[in-house]
Amino acid sequence: MKLNIKYFGLLAEVTQCAAEVIDFSGSSVSELLELLFEKYPILENKDFQVAQNQKIVSIDTLVSEHEIALLPPFSGG
Amino acid sequence: MKFLPSQEYMSRYSRHILLSDVGQVGQDKLTQAQVLVVGAGGLGCPVLQYLTAAGIGTLGIIDFDVVEISNLQRQILFGTSSIGTNKALAAKARLEDLNPEIIIQAYPEKLTSDNALDLFKSYDIIVDGTDNFGTRYLINDAAVLSNKPVVYGAIYKFEGQVSVFNYQNGPSYRCLFPIPPKEGSVANCSEVGVLGVLPGIIGSMQANEVLKIILEFDHVLSGKLFCYNTRTSQTTTLEISKSVAEYEKIEARKNSFKEDHYDATCELSVSEISIEEISDKKPIQFIDVRELHEQPQLNLTNCIQIPLRELEEHLNQISTHTNNIIFCKSGARSQIAVSILQKHNINNCFSLKGGAAALMEHLKINAYER
Repeated sequence: MKLNIKYFGLLAEVTQCAAEVIDFSGSSVSELLELLFEKYPILENKDFQVAQNQKIVSIDTLVSEHEIALLPPFSGG
Repeated sequence: MKFLPSQEYMSRYSRHILLSDVGQVGQDKLTQAQVLVVGAGGLGCPVLQYLTAAGIGTLGIIDFDVVEISNLQRQILFGTSSIGTNKALAAKARLEDLNPEIIIQAYPEKLTSDNALDLFKSYDIIVDGTDNFGTRYLINDAAVLSNKPVVYGAIYKFEGQVSVFNYQNGPSYRCLFPIPPKEGSVANCSEVGVLGVLPGIIGSMQANEVLKIILEFDHVLSGKLFCYNTRTSQTTTLEISKSVAEYEKIEARKNSFKEDHYDATCELSVSEISIEEISDKKPIQFIDVRELHEQPQLNLTNCIQIPLRELEEHLNQISTHTNNIIFCKSGARSQIAVSILQKHNINNCFSLKGGAAALMEHLKINAYER
């Protein structure tokens, strides 16, 4: 299925895009992450959470929605 | 407590009192509220300004830092004449002019695991306006242990996050990000820059959440993370679920909380060294901060063993004439050790990357070469 992936903060810098559409044939969020780590190896060293359909989910969650967001923590103040 | 509002009170807060959902009842709630703002920086300044203007009865400000000229681009409570002054004290001076009717308590010190619980006791709501992960996790955990809501804001370049944590049984910051990020992985404003107006927007939203909590409005931003991008004007609100396991972990550490070194797990300034770089540092002294029973045991002549938890009792054993290479199993405890020693002004210390395993490998290779 086609997924809309949105990258926040630093992640948009390392992927050099704020959002993109990718083809995904796997099932879980962790499989999706493997795919993204292949595409952007530097992502693997970054801290972030994954949201599916605007809800933060664990990596063993099944990918069932098209809207995925990768959200890093911010420290600035 | 019943008090007769003065003419000045009615005039000062008339625009609140005119709102049917606030009224004098709501204003009285604000006047009786006690809010602690941690960090009087980019976020803290607008939060403090609006809360002072709104007539929050008691406002606490804790910040150990002093005002620098580079702060003035976004830290709107300060002027050129504040440069060099402690931020909590400088903010208090400005805010007392804005509203002399409220109590402003300045704490020109650092929030630590040692003072956090006592300090939080006197306040109803804690505002997180800090600029580093160590203090953010410290605020979160202390707020969970003292059952206070935290109004959270954080920024990165052109993006901001806002949420309310630990509010009416809702999730905490650790339910969103359970583990503090790896060292140096996320930069703050002083390293990467920030457009001055961003903390103004995010801080104002934090002030809004504080008022919503005190006024007992619905739709407090709990269980949700609001994200705003100032360049694209895009907003996203993500749902966060509560993790009971994360709460239990914090509760479990209640008795040892004061000994926890929150800085050390996140601070960016710990000096690390790789095994290859050691030869440049002679003369050296190794310090093994593992427990006495931990394997592998290394047969080093220039090595002393002080388990991490006893380190502060044995500072007199730390040489000031050599470079001290501190190691543990993997390199995590040794970083904490270095930051403890730095706190005691012992600065000739380095945390060995890779720990005992890296050291052993290195010794093996050198043995063959001989």
